[in-house]
Amino acid sequence: MIWLDTLIQGLLLGGLYALFAAGLSLVFGIMRLVNLAHGDLIVLGAYLILGIGTALGLNPFVAALIALPLMFLLGWLLQTVLLNRVLGDDILPPLLVTFGLSVVIQNALLEQFTADSRRLPVGPIEAKSLTFGSVSVGVMPLITFASAILVILCLNWIFYRTAIGRAFRATSDDSVTAQLMGIRPRRVFALATGIALVVATIAALYLGARANFDPSIGPARLLYAFEAVIIGGLGSLWGTLIGGLIIGVAQAFGAALKLEWQILAGHVAFVLILLVRPRGLFPRAHD
Amino acid sequence: MKNALGLLSLLVIVVALAVVPLFGLRALVQDLFMVLCLLVLALNWNMLAGFAGLVSVGQQLFVGVGAYAMFAAAILWGLDPLTGGLIGGLVAMVLSVPVAFFVFRLNGAYFAIGTWAVADIARLSFSQWQALGGGTGTALPRGAARDMPGVQLLREVLGVSPAAAVDMLTYWLALGLVVAMLVASWIFLRSRMGLGLQAVRDNPVAACSVGVDPIRLKALVFLLTAFATGLCGALIFIQTGRISPDAAFSVIDWTAFVIFIVVIGGIGTLPGPIIGVLVFYGLQRLLSDYGTVYLIVLGVIGIVVMLFARRGLWGGFTQWTGFNLLPLEHAPPKRPDTGNWRNMRSVHGE
Repeated sequence: MIWLDTLIQGLLLGGLYALFAAGLSLVFGIMRLVNLAHGDLIVLGAYLILGIGTALGLNPFVAALIALPLMFLLGWLLQTVLLNRVLGDDILPPLLVTFGLSVVIQNALLEQFTADSRRLPVGPIEAKSLTFGSVSVGVMPLITFASAILVILCLNWIFYRTAIGRAFRATSDDSVTAQLMGIRPRRVFALATGIALVVATIAALYLGARANFDPSIGPARLLYAFEAVIIGGLGSLWGTLIGGLIIGVAQAFGAALKLEWQILAGHVAFVLILLVRPRGLFPRAHD
Repeated sequence: MKNALGLLSLLVIVVALAVVPLFGLRALVQDLFMVLCLLVLALNWNMLAGFAGLVSVGQQLFVGVGAYAMFAAAILWGLDPLTGGLIGGLVAMVLSVPVAFFVFRLNGAYFAIGTWAVADIARLSFSQWQALGGGTGTALPRGAARDMPGVQLLREVLGVSPAAAVDMLTYWLALGLVVAMLVASWIFLRSRMGLGLQAVRDNPVAACSVGVDPIRLKALVFLLTAFATGLCGALIFIQTGRISPDAAFSVIDWTAFVIFIVVIGGIGTLPGPIIGVLVFYGLQRLLSDYGTVYLIVLGVIGIVVMLFARRGLWGGFTQWTGFNLLPLEHAPPKRPDTGNWRNMRSVHGE
């Protein structure tokens, strides 16, 4: 039964990775923008939730509700002021700008909050678990997993059932023709990055509740997230969820064999899948 | 004439740098050693990203592998570290072949993330190598660096301590590596292959239509830069004398800094990385009392350069003044003699 247990733990971990990746996938799918600062923005979100919670004496879940619009605004501004200027055929400028942003955010957080590990105090729910037959599952990981599914469902609903989503898809497929139809790509992009940071804030909540965090952990989270996006395939949100689950399960089995192999197993799964399918499992759009 | 002047000034700078260790100042020598090594890494990354269009975020892979191969040669096989460094470069180059088979299947952003993931795989794998200290790392055997060829000679001729002699030797090797990289890059970029490479960067379709094979050229650059990066990595860790997976495969030290150096100096130009490394060193010294503030400043400068002066400091300077040190352009082919042409036309006209 240890196999089943490992599998379930891996799937639950994968849910968290899918949350890391969902915002990235949205932005990447719509404007081919590789946001190398995404991991640091998640960590920034975690500190924001912590700050609001401590200042107002709120539970992190409530503090996150206040953080959500703030992060949306940050994303909107980031895209309007910075990232829209560097979009284009050349992938180098956006890569380097977001890389610079990553270094700036990471070190600014370090200056402000020192390198000490922090954690979001979610209260007694943290230690609760449910038992199904022989397998015991933590309540927080379960909520994380459910949130991941919900976020993907919501994003898919926006993407395929609303006017904004139609604008997203149109801009993704052919931005010039979309402009002829009266869509302003820059506005669409700003909206998309705003939504991506909302998702990042949700990810930050569960990241901080699950384990300790400090300013330096962003890039590693970005790497897992990106692996999930690439495994899933460009522009497919369900693919991103599957990608996150694959990385999570691979890491869980790696850790079960030998603790040091956890991260390695995730990377190896990524490389193996890309060797077989260079465009990922379910690519929707062309790059 | 202008070019001769530029080359002469470069020569003067190299000679000036070469005599620095003779005046003592070990702290300065160690600082400059790091600057020179970062310059080697920057020249290599510039070849990849600026000329071959391969935006890698995983060059720390080759730094780390070169360094670890050198340590393995010195500790496990008892070779001297300099021979070990050469082996390090070769191992990095050999490793780059399977890595290229994987990452060359990926485009653009996928390539960047793919190289990063591979480098992280290497970091985690090398921390499993217990003979070289596993996750905590290990140090070079006592005296290994002092037994390198040339150290004894330096001690006798200059009468310095063994540690100072090791610093001098590694410094001169780093300087030699910089000069070799500059000369090799210049020759390569002005060669037929280099011309093809720049043509691919500027317009891939047009370049292919005149018979340039982009994959072959890019793979060649990837292979050669892996060799030079591995050599440089080995040299860095000969000087520090200690290795750990996190230090050897550090994405910040060996890739992030290098990217900023190239971008600020001017990507896709040969003197760009030199300017960039000077700015980097200046900032580091200027803000050394304020912890990580220089990283924030570096990031902001990098972003500003990308937004407003995409060609970097050197690119902007050449555009502004028209002066270019180490130009990569060829003189246009001579036109057919216009007089002749006119004659021919008149012949046809009659």
